[in-house]
Amino acid sequence: MNGKQYWRSLGQRRESAEFRQWLEREFPEQASEWTGSRRTLLRLMAASFGLAGLTACRRPAERILPAGRGVEGYVPGRPLYYATIMTLSGLATGLLVETHEGRPTKIEGNPEHPSSRGAATAFAQAAILSLYDPDRSRSVLRQGRRSSWEELAGFLRSHFEAAGRGEGLWLVSSAIGSPSLARLKALLLEKHPRAHWIEYEPLGREQELEGSRLAFGRALQPQFRFDQAEVILSLDADFLGLDCLAPAWITAFARRRRVSSPSDGMNRLYVVETAYSLTGAMADHRRRARPSEIPALAQELARELGLAASLPVVQPGAPRSWAEAVARDLKRHRGRCLVLAGPRQPAAVHALAHWINHALGNVGRTVYYTEPAVRTQAERLHDLAAEAASGGLRTLVILGGNPAYNAPAELDFAALMRKASVSIHLGPEADETAALASWHVPEAHFLESWGDGRALDGTASIQQPLIEPLFGGKTAAELVALIAGYPRQRAYELAHEYWTAQWPKGDAERIWRRSLHDGVIPETAFPEIRPAPDVPRLRSLSAAPPPAGAELEVTFLPSASTYDGRFANNGWLQEAPEPVTKLTWDNAALISPATARRLGLQAGDLATLERAGRRIVMPVWIQPGHADGAVSLTLGYGRLRCGRVGRGVGHNAYPLRLSGAAPEAAALRLSKLGRKYPLAVTQEHHSMEGRPLVREATLEQFRRQPDVAARQGPKTEPFSLFREHAYTQGHQWGMAVDLNACIGCNACLLACQAENNIPIVGKQQVRRGREMHWIRLDRYYAGGEDDPQVVWQPVACQQCEMAPCETVCPVAATNHSPEGLNDMTYNRCIGTRYCANNCPYKVRRFNFLDYHKGLEEVQKMAYNPDVTVRMRGVMEKCTYCVQRIEEKKIQAKAEGRPLRDGEILTACQQTCPAEAIVFGDLNDPESRVSRLKRDPRNYSLLGELNTRPRTSYLLKLRNPNPEMESLESS
Amino acid sequence: MATVSSSTESALVLGRPSLAEVTRTVAGIVERRTPRAWWAAFALTGSLTLVLLAMLGYLVTTGIGVWGNNSPVGWAFDITNFVFWIGIGHAGTLISAILYLFRQRWRTSINRFAEAMTLFAVACAAIFPMFHVGRPWRAYWLFPAPNAWLDLWPNFRSPLIWDVFAVSTYGTVSLLFWYVGLIPDLATLRDRAQSRARQVIYGVLSLGWRGSARHWNHYEMAYLLLAGLSTPLVLSVHSIVSFDFAVSLLPGWHTTIFPPYFVAGAIFSGFAMVVTLMVVARQAFGLQHLVTMKHLENMNKVMLATGLIVGYAYGVEFFIAWYSGNPYERFAFVNRALGPYSWAYWIMVGANVLAPQCFWFRRLRTSVPAMFAISILVNIGMWFERFVIIVSSLHRDFLPSAWGMFRPTWVDLLTLAGSFGLFLTLFLLFVRFLPLISMSEVKGMMAAREGA
Amino acid sequence: MRGGPAGSPIYGVAAEFEDAARLLDALHELRRRGYQRLDACTPFPVHGLQEALGLRRSPLGWAALAAGLAGASGALLLQWWTGSVAYPLVIGGKPFFALEVSVPVAFELAVLLASFAAVGGMLALNGLPRLYHPSLRHSRFGRASDDRFLLIIESDGPQFQPERALEALRSLGGRQAEVLEE
Repeated sequence: MNGKQYWRSLGQRRESAEFRQWLEREFPEQASEWTGSRRTLLRLMAASFGLAGLTACRRPAERILPAGRGVEGYVPGRPLYYATIMTLSGLATGLLVETHEGRPTKIEGNPEHPSSRGAATAFAQAAILSLYDPDRSRSVLRQGRRSSWEELAGFLRSHFEAAGRGEGLWLVSSAIGSPSLARLKALLLEKHPRAHWIEYEPLGREQELEGSRLAFGRALQPQFRFDQAEVILSLDADFLGLDCLAPAWITAFARRRRVSSPSDGMNRLYVVETAYSLTGAMADHRRRARPSEIPALAQELARELGLAASLPVVQPGAPRSWAEAVARDLKRHRGRCLVLAGPRQPAAVHALAHWINHALGNVGRTVYYTEPAVRTQAERLHDLAAEAASGGLRTLVILGGNPAYNAPAELDFAALMRKASVSIHLGPEADETAALASWHVPEAHFLESWGDGRALDGTASIQQPLIEPLFGGKTAAELVALIAGYPRQRAYELAHEYWTAQWPKGDAERIWRRSLHDGVIPETAFPEIRPAPDVPRLRSLSAAPPPAGAELEVTFLPSASTYDGRFANNGWLQEAPEPVTKLTWDNAALISPATARRLGLQAGDLATLERAGRRIVMPVWIQPGHADGAVSLTLGYGRLRCGRVGRGVGHNAYPLRLSGAAPEAAALRLSKLGRKYPLAVTQEHHSMEGRPLVREATLEQFRRQPDVAARQGPKTEPFSLFREHAYTQGHQWGMAVDLNACIGCNACLLACQAENNIPIVGKQQVRRGREMHWIRLDRYYAGGEDDPQVVWQPVACQQCEMAPCETVCPVAATNHSPEGLNDMTYNRCIGTRYCANNCPYKVRRFNFLDYHKGLEEVQKMAYNPDVTVRMRGVMEKCTYCVQRIEEKKIQAKAEGRPLRDGEILTACQQTCPAEAIVFGDLNDPESRVSRLKRDPRNYSLLGELNTRPRTSYLLKLRNPNPEMESLESS
Repeated sequence: MATVSSSTESALVLGRPSLAEVTRTVAGIVERRTPRAWWAAFALTGSLTLVLLAMLGYLVTTGIGVWGNNSPVGWAFDITNFVFWIGIGHAGTLISAILYLFRQRWRTSINRFAEAMTLFAVACAAIFPMFHVGRPWRAYWLFPAPNAWLDLWPNFRSPLIWDVFAVSTYGTVSLLFWYVGLIPDLATLRDRAQSRARQVIYGVLSLGWRGSARHWNHYEMAYLLLAGLSTPLVLSVHSIVSFDFAVSLLPGWHTTIFPPYFVAGAIFSGFAMVVTLMVVARQAFGLQHLVTMKHLENMNKVMLATGLIVGYAYGVEFFIAWYSGNPYERFAFVNRALGPYSWAYWIMVGANVLAPQCFWFRRLRTSVPAMFAISILVNIGMWFERFVIIVSSLHRDFLPSAWGMFRPTWVDLLTLAGSFGLFLTLFLLFVRFLPLISMSEVKGMMAAREGA
Repeated sequence: MRGGPAGSPIYGVAAEFEDAARLLDALHELRRRGYQRLDACTPFPVHGLQEALGLRRSPLGWAALAAGLAGASGALLLQWWTGSVAYPLVIGGKPFFALEVSVPVAFELAVLLASFAAVGGMLALNGLPRLYHPSLRHSRFGRASDDRFLLIIESDGPQFQPERALEALRSLGGRQAEVLEE
């Protein structure tokens, strides 16, 4: 690769001795040098160029390879794409990262990767912002004072000489999916046989594995083939939302909901859950149930299916008929149905799910089993606690994660840490745990460090960095290697050595390069396992009966913004509205309207929540469709030791969270505090007011009258009094959004934010109604407030052909391009806001204040250089990613060929895991979008206004079980 | 006060003063040394004006975000104040022009006063379109000159551009009208001036007018023409302002009744403001015999009439919304009367429709305290009319997901207060330095009476 | 122009009258006696003065009309040219030029220019602004803008003789009959 030539183009910068020496150093002591000056920026950029070439003088140049296209003839200004992975709770998803001049700016899913298939989640999209987060910790700390890696190395060597066989040495790491790290773990435990190593995730999936152990006698990972399932029953599994382990799941599920002609079929989804999740919103039949009712219902179902007739009858309110009907539907679809249980469910429920799938002949078709990719063991933290109590705990090493913040409450992890004579913490920020540790080591971001990882199905990938560590972070592998006294120490060497050892000598390097390029390592998926259920054990087993008379049950949910708290300092995620509640910058205790009435609570009331002697204060939020008599608490907020963005945002629910099989069932006391708390929601009105905005029908209705979408709109045909402009020449861009596929996740919103340099405005501005998101995910409730259905509608600029906004702009700052785009000329805009007033879709966003003020240089590195950063006082809005359109047009022209359909992907479309968004040329009758516009389900939003939107929507369908209509009505 | 005599003319000037007396009364106000009360009032309004300047400074340096505007409510106090002040600015020209054409003699003692008020109101109004934009330093792009990249022009399809033309034309023509009317009186002041400074200043301002018969010949024609031109102009201005809303597609804005309805409203509010100020001024300067109860009563009658038109418009809006069968229209109006901003709507109805009904009764129509109170109520009501039209239509339009609420900030409130400061300050300066009643016209009217 | 008693060129003679009626009578009488070049300074437009002096109707109306038409057509031209020639933009899918939307601007410009013509024309025809005029020399000129009426016989009329003119004025009830020097 021609990295060196590329570097030469930066020769003059290379001359600076100071700069050279800065690069030579292992990593800069940012805390002193980080003045955020322009010079520092140049250095950082240069450091990242280093990846492309300079570092060649230190490391082999082959180390990273751009995917998609080669670097030959690299043109500054044209982005390069590299494959890598992001690991969350030990599971890897494949990414394709866009870099400009060696500066990662945008993350996409890797189409080659089995778990992403080209899609990327909101968390992945937002990772760019975390990379450039100036609040990340910047140097090794010893007792809170600045120290260095060398000093730590020295200390560890001497310390572990003393440690001998590892007495009193405990390591707590986050889930390990990385094979090379697993190997180092083994090596370390070999060297220190008495040491203990716990893999802990606050949102671990122990119950799931325990369930398979109950069912099959061994821990197995169920793998789902949603595209094979015609009937799906989810027992509290938000598999389209926060319990989703691979975006590919969503893609597979959504593919079974593509209906373009009455003859097409569509899957049916039953969901039983406590809070309202994305999966619940997609359900054709959703049953809200208190946590304790769900095991009972699972049991009911097992009996209906003729399994476990012996099981004790527990049916708190669960009407037999519901289970009956579902059971019948499942039986009708033997081998083509799927039952799955969520991570919050006790092992017994998982076991029942496994059993039912087996009994219905789904195993090997809609579900199969493999080795688990990760095994976390939260329960073993109790052993650690015991050891600490007995005074045996000497050295505590925490590799990633923040247990002092999120460990089960009864452990009092903070006190436990103080008992260790030496505690070492590796983490991206100086968090709650770092504050208590005697040593803190900054952890490198995945975009700046080498490593590897496994996807859920076992497929392994290399994690290749795109930029040198901005703040000189280290990886867990590097720290373990140091502790284990392993000869090689560099993350790159550790990964490279491990993998090349797996392959035949001659080919190793070639395979390595190929794996870097593709982002996946061939033939690494786990083999399928055909387990036999341990029926006697299953017969004997009974789902835990609910605790008597717990009048309020509690369940704990991951946060769509902070996950388990780790993304708390990410402004994009904090400001992304929680999909169902539309809450930003906060969490709340979710309760049902009925429960709220019973407790005399209103949305925004502060309340004290008490459980097992622990109490917290939190605002309540009334969630239509939430189970009565239960409270859902979102985890991951109320971080106290955190960056400037996330510090003190929301309220911490972990203090109420206890470990154990089904902690949710334990009773909770909630009492009104008599004070209000300001919450910032992006959608204040929840009913469609009977307007035909989201058009919805059942599959049956659609089959009976395919034009039902049109019938739901007004009958009048709009017309113009003047001669309309004809958009016939060249490309005419358009978009179609399939409301039947959209699952309402925020991936598009964050992709748009990252692609288009959209600022965050903060809680106060959101409360004023000034959020800047170009694409809005409208959420409407249909039906009574107790048990409504949820529909989604992503709304961005509709690019009206007869745009009302254009006519009223006094300075012609917004007008039409020949290709039918509603262009916005920022530097012509004077900000009268007349266009926004006249926009019936209210998709225009105004810079009321200077929202890009006071950014540090490193934060500016996250900007997409292809998109203008808008100043205060101008209007902005969705452009159909015009920069992407132009890029592809230029490329096609350069290559002297016509544009291919699907070559241009808007940011929202590219990341959408449900493939709900299709963009293309309306002048090409064969383009996908043109075909969708001919689809009978196609309709325009507010088309009766004669605005001729270029974006149209496809009718939302539900596929209810006819047998159940009676139940629903009752 | 002398007894009110029967005939209209005599009721318009009481106690048969001589020409010289008229001169003395009116010019005297300007020549007398400044009364304490004036200084007190000036201090008050002057400081309010400073508040306005401070608020605008804060706005320009920080951004529109200092106001409560948001999405969906892109316009709120800013445009409300603009329409409010422009409305106030309608009485003057109407009285001078239309009543002149209709040979309404009673206009003579109040037209100068009303015209001045018009100018100051337009000045206040002009502030808001200039400063409500996100980048005020680019506001000049609104004017029809090639700007930015040389051959860029404004978008003449935009009602905002029509506004620019309408308001600036109206301001200019009103100024001409007012000034032309002043010339003879300025000459009088010049001729009476004792100090050299006054001689020079009024001498220059009066352009060397000497009341020659030839002057009067062209003068009267010019005045007639201005009156003729101002009449359609005054009707066009508020019609065009109403286009800002009528031309949009927003339910509650997109209404064909707006032009006449806005014009009536403007006259209504304008007369209310004239009465408010006139009642105070005639008391303060002892003009009861020149601005008689007859004048005030006539103005109250006009207020009653225009108030009824406005009330009718309120009603018809609802009828059409229902009759159109357009669900968005229907919702917009139900939301107006019953939604979160219904309080503003009912203040508006109470002050604009109910309050003026008092003027059916002669006793209230001719009672100074009563008309003062009612005129204030009408001013308030007319401000709320614009607030209701703008905010309650914007805050809930087509997509419920985008609905929101507007809450004013302290900057919004102080800016509004400040605009009143500017208005009153200009007014105080006017009554102090210029004849607030047209002497030549009053004399002309008296002479005509002699002749009759 | 003949020399006056003081030898300096004279503009005319003027006298003050009590009220408009007397002024008008005097004017009619003088016209009867053949005085052509007469003028009067009055505090307000006196009804019938034009006729008494035989002044023509002011032509300002035509000026205003011309200016108004110019304004309207200029506005239409501007909007057509900028919209469809200088910088055509597709805005809201609407035509580049349409008469309907061009009316408001055209109307406003018409009114504006017409008003300018009316006022400008008035000043021009009256020879204003000017800082000096011989009639200001009359000792009672100040009263002419208050409550008195000044009658002026200008010197450029036929068979003008200051003494006879003064005499005529006095005889018609004019007080303070004086000679006005240039």
